[in-house]
Amino acid sequence: MTDLETLKYTRETGDFSRLIASIPYANFIGLECDQFGDDLIFRLPAKDQNLGNPVLPAIHGGVIGGFMELSAAIYLMLAQETVRMPRIVNFSLDYLRAGLDRETYAECQLTRQGNRVANVMITAWQKSRSKPISTARAHFLLED
Amino acid sequence: MNDRIRADRVTRFIQTLNQAVELGLTVTETTDRSLTLCLPYSNRIIGNPVTGVIHGGAITTLMDTTSGSLMLCALDVFELCPTLDLRVDYMRPAEPHKPVYARAEIHRLTRNIIFTRCEAYQDHGETVANAVGTFMRIGPQALPQAYREKITGGPV
Repeated sequence: MTDLETLKYTRETGDFSRLIASIPYANFIGLECDQFGDDLIFRLPAKDQNLGNPVLPAIHGGVIGGFMELSAAIYLMLAQETVRMPRIVNFSLDYLRAGLDRETYAECQLTRQGNRVANVMITAWQKSRSKPISTARAHFLLED
Repeated sequence: MNDRIRADRVTRFIQTLNQAVELGLTVTETTDRSLTLCLPYSNRIIGNPVTGVIHGGAITTLMDTTSGSLMLCALDVFELCPTLDLRVDYMRPAEPHKPVYARAEIHRLTRNIIFTRCEAYQDHGETVANAVGTFMRIGPQALPQAYREKITGGPV
C-alpha cells in the first residue's frame, strides 16, 4: 500500500499528508488523519461527491464503509512494529444513524493481534462521540 | 413491470446518488429478484498504488448500492431502504484495469426487512467479494412524492 520511507516519516512526524497522498482512494473520498499523543482520529470532511441519499441529504453508506475500512488499515500499519501491509479479509458494518452531510470522525481499536491476523474495531460519529453513526469490525491478514 | 422499466428506474435512482455517479456505476442487468451493476476501473479509486488494485471501499460502495437498489426491481412502489448492516468477505483482489460487477439478489423480503446477498466478480467470472446485507423498509411515504415520481418516471 505504501513504501517504507513514507511510513517511517509518518511515524516520526505524525504528519499523515504524505501517506494519504500516496493512496488514491483516500484522496477520492477526502480522508484525513490527526494524531493526538498515541491516538489517531480519522476525519472525513463533508463533500458533495460523497453523498448517497439526496433527500436528507446523507453520505453514501458505502463511503462511510470505505472510510472506516481505510482508517482501520492505516491505523494497523502504524500500530505494527515492523512494516507489514495489512490485507483486508472481511468487514462487518452496522449502520446506526444516517450520516448527515457534515464532517465524520472515526477511531480504531486493535481488539486482537495474532501472528497472521488482526481484528480491528472501528467507530464512526459526527456531532457527538456518544452517538455513533456506524460501528464496524474488520479482519486483516498481515503479510511480511 | 418489465426489465426495461426496472433498468430505467434503477438508472434514474443511481443518478441521484452523487457517489454512485462519481464512481461511474451503470446498470448491467435487472430481473424481478436481482440486479447487476458495473463499476468501471479508475486510477482514482486505487487502494494499492504498487499493484493498481482498487480499494475495498469502492467495492463496498458498489455492493451497498446494488443491494440497496434491489427494491426498485422487486417492488412496484418505490421505497428507499436504508442499510442496517452489511458484511463483506473479500475473496481476492480485483484485477486492475477491468470493471467489477456486483449481482445482488433478494434472499427474503418481509414487511420490515429486506435480506440480500451480493457477489462481486470480474469478466473471467472469479468472485472478488461476497456480501450479505439487511435493509429496513421505512415505507414509500418517507420520501417526497416529487422524488418518487422522478425515479419511477411518473405517478404510481
